[in-house]
Amino acid sequence: MNMDNVLDIEHLSTHFKTEDGIVRAVDDVSLQVRQGEIVCIVGESGSGKSITAMSVMGLIEAPAGQVVGGSIGFQGEDLLQLSRNELRTIRGNEIAMIFQEPMTSLNPVLRIGEQLMEPLMEHLKMSKKAARKRAIELIGEVGISRAEQIADSYPHELSGGMLQRIMIAIAISCGPKLLIADEPTTALDVTIQAQILDMLRRFKEESGMSILLITHDLGVVAEMADYVVVMYAGKVVEEGEVVALFENPQHPYTQGLLRSKPIINQRQEELYSIPGQVPNPLELVPSCYFHDRCAHCMDICRTTEPALKETGSQQKVACWLYEEAIAHV
Amino acid sequence: MSTYITKRILYMIVILFAASFLIFCLYALTPGDFITGNIKLTPERKAELREIYGLNKPVIERYAIWMKNAFHGDFGYSLSQQKPVLSLFNQYIWNSFLLAVVSTFLTWLIAVVVGVVAAYKQYSWFDTIVMVALFAAMSIPSFFIGLFLIKMLAVDWKWLPPGGMLTTGSNSTGLAYVREVIHHMMLPVMVMTLLGVGSLTRYFRSNMIDVIKQDYIRTARAKGLKERKVLFTHALRNALLPAITLVGFELPALFGGSLIIEKIFNWPGIGQLYMQSFSLRDYPLLMGFTLFIAILTVIGTLVSDILYHVADPRVRL
Repeated sequence: MNMDNVLDIEHLSTHFKTEDGIVRAVDDVSLQVRQGEIVCIVGESGSGKSITAMSVMGLIEAPAGQVVGGSIGFQGEDLLQLSRNELRTIRGNEIAMIFQEPMTSLNPVLRIGEQLMEPLMEHLKMSKKAARKRAIELIGEVGISRAEQIADSYPHELSGGMLQRIMIAIAISCGPKLLIADEPTTALDVTIQAQILDMLRRFKEESGMSILLITHDLGVVAEMADYVVVMYAGKVVEEGEVVALFENPQHPYTQGLLRSKPIINQRQEELYSIPGQVPNPLELVPSCYFHDRCAHCMDICRTTEPALKETGSQQKVACWLYEEAIAHV
Repeated sequence: MSTYITKRILYMIVILFAASFLIFCLYALTPGDFITGNIKLTPERKAELREIYGLNKPVIERYAIWMKNAFHGDFGYSLSQQKPVLSLFNQYIWNSFLLAVVSTFLTWLIAVVVGVVAAYKQYSWFDTIVMVALFAAMSIPSFFIGLFLIKMLAVDWKWLPPGGMLTTGSNSTGLAYVREVIHHMMLPVMVMTLLGVGSLTRYFRSNMIDVIKQDYIRTARAKGLKERKVLFTHALRNALLPAITLVGFELPALFGGSLIIEKIFNWPGIGQLYMQSFSLRDYPLLMGFTLFIAILTVIGTLVSDILYHVADPRVRL
């Protein structure tokens, strides 16, 4: 375990039991987040990116969902080995999380101030008075004026952008080492998106925390990421340093993703989209899960799963096209 | 807020007028009255009595008289008991209220606690056992469970008295009186709680299950709060909100008495008086009681609306 890594996920598998069978939502995923780094997980809906984050937080809903294997290293400890209570003291304290829907993520019957004070009182053992003072400071820090008044209002009285700022304030309240942001800007206006992302970056630079950013928006990735992990059907298919990955995408899926991103000033007749659909997670057999949507599909892709192999200095890909032995056939 | 309440009170008056008219018509237009049923009276005497009670006047005029008296706090005069209706209410209603208030309190307490725990441990063995037991409790008719418990607890094991509010011939006072009443009300309260707890527990369980799935519960957990805090501060308040509607309906239920339970346990409550008045066609008493329940229902809905405003910041009045 590299001590440079704030988060070190090794071979994580999270499965869900459904009536029709077991869904391997996260299947043997490894990823690392270094200190002060922003790592983006990119993928379509259902690719397992959110479940990876929820597994780190220990918020997978038992008994249907379960982390079945692997390890999640955080500051030299395996989070999966901790008791529920030990994990709870890390959650919201050293690892914090913000979510996609700010409108529903705050409790409608509790005042903003109370919801901000809770982690301060729980983790930092602040008194009620000190917590309230700090809560009002935090509201100011996330760029909301009239902080005192906002602390006494209820979530339905604020806009989505303001609520997401409040969520960020809650998340950074205890000075986390790692912030997990699960599509934090998806539900917001474009102008607000930029403000929220700027704010996350600013807090990262000020505090030196790391960010695990989950998104499907490649614009956000280009803007924010140091390192990118591309997930497909519960697996990591490609990962790399952001510039290398954008300049030289190797996996056909990553190439497809980059091609389907609209480019400003270049109006196309038709936007490109990757043909086909995400496979049914219940019907997966050993194969490259992308094979039936892939233009370069070979026989081996249908029967054997490619392993994640290093191809460049900063890049790894799981694709048979890059296996030397096969490529020359 | 105050304009809202003024508006609501005006509506209430209109609704009560309509209700009183319907209630009056229902009883006044039913063929026969208290006097018809008495076969000992000669036709002349019957006509004379109708004259005295004002029953020979046109229906509209009788309604006007009834309403005028009601405004002055006079809900009529019971023909069979020969007492003012209100003093009869005062005599019987508190006995019913005593049973209702204790059993309602127990019902809500059990329903909230069991419902929350069952929801939290959904599909666990505890949840399964609770659900089966609740269905059983809801499905058994009150007269059966009432008689069954009398047979077991009162007749066979002699733990509790089988009926009444006091032991026959008892003239205890003070603390001994209180103890005797408590002893006597145990069986009826037990049965009423048993019958009411099923649907309410299921209601709280399903509310709670809905709330636990909400995003803000996930946020509360992500903040690292203790599970107890997540459940009771964040989830329970939201799960209890819809139940405020029910609180409004509990108000008339507290005073309405229970026909069957009071009959089975021979409890001197308003439900028994009501049944008895029915068979005697004592219409002034029946009308007065129905109007009383109508008033309580209307007040109950207003109270629940105001409570909503207090409990849920999103509700504006």
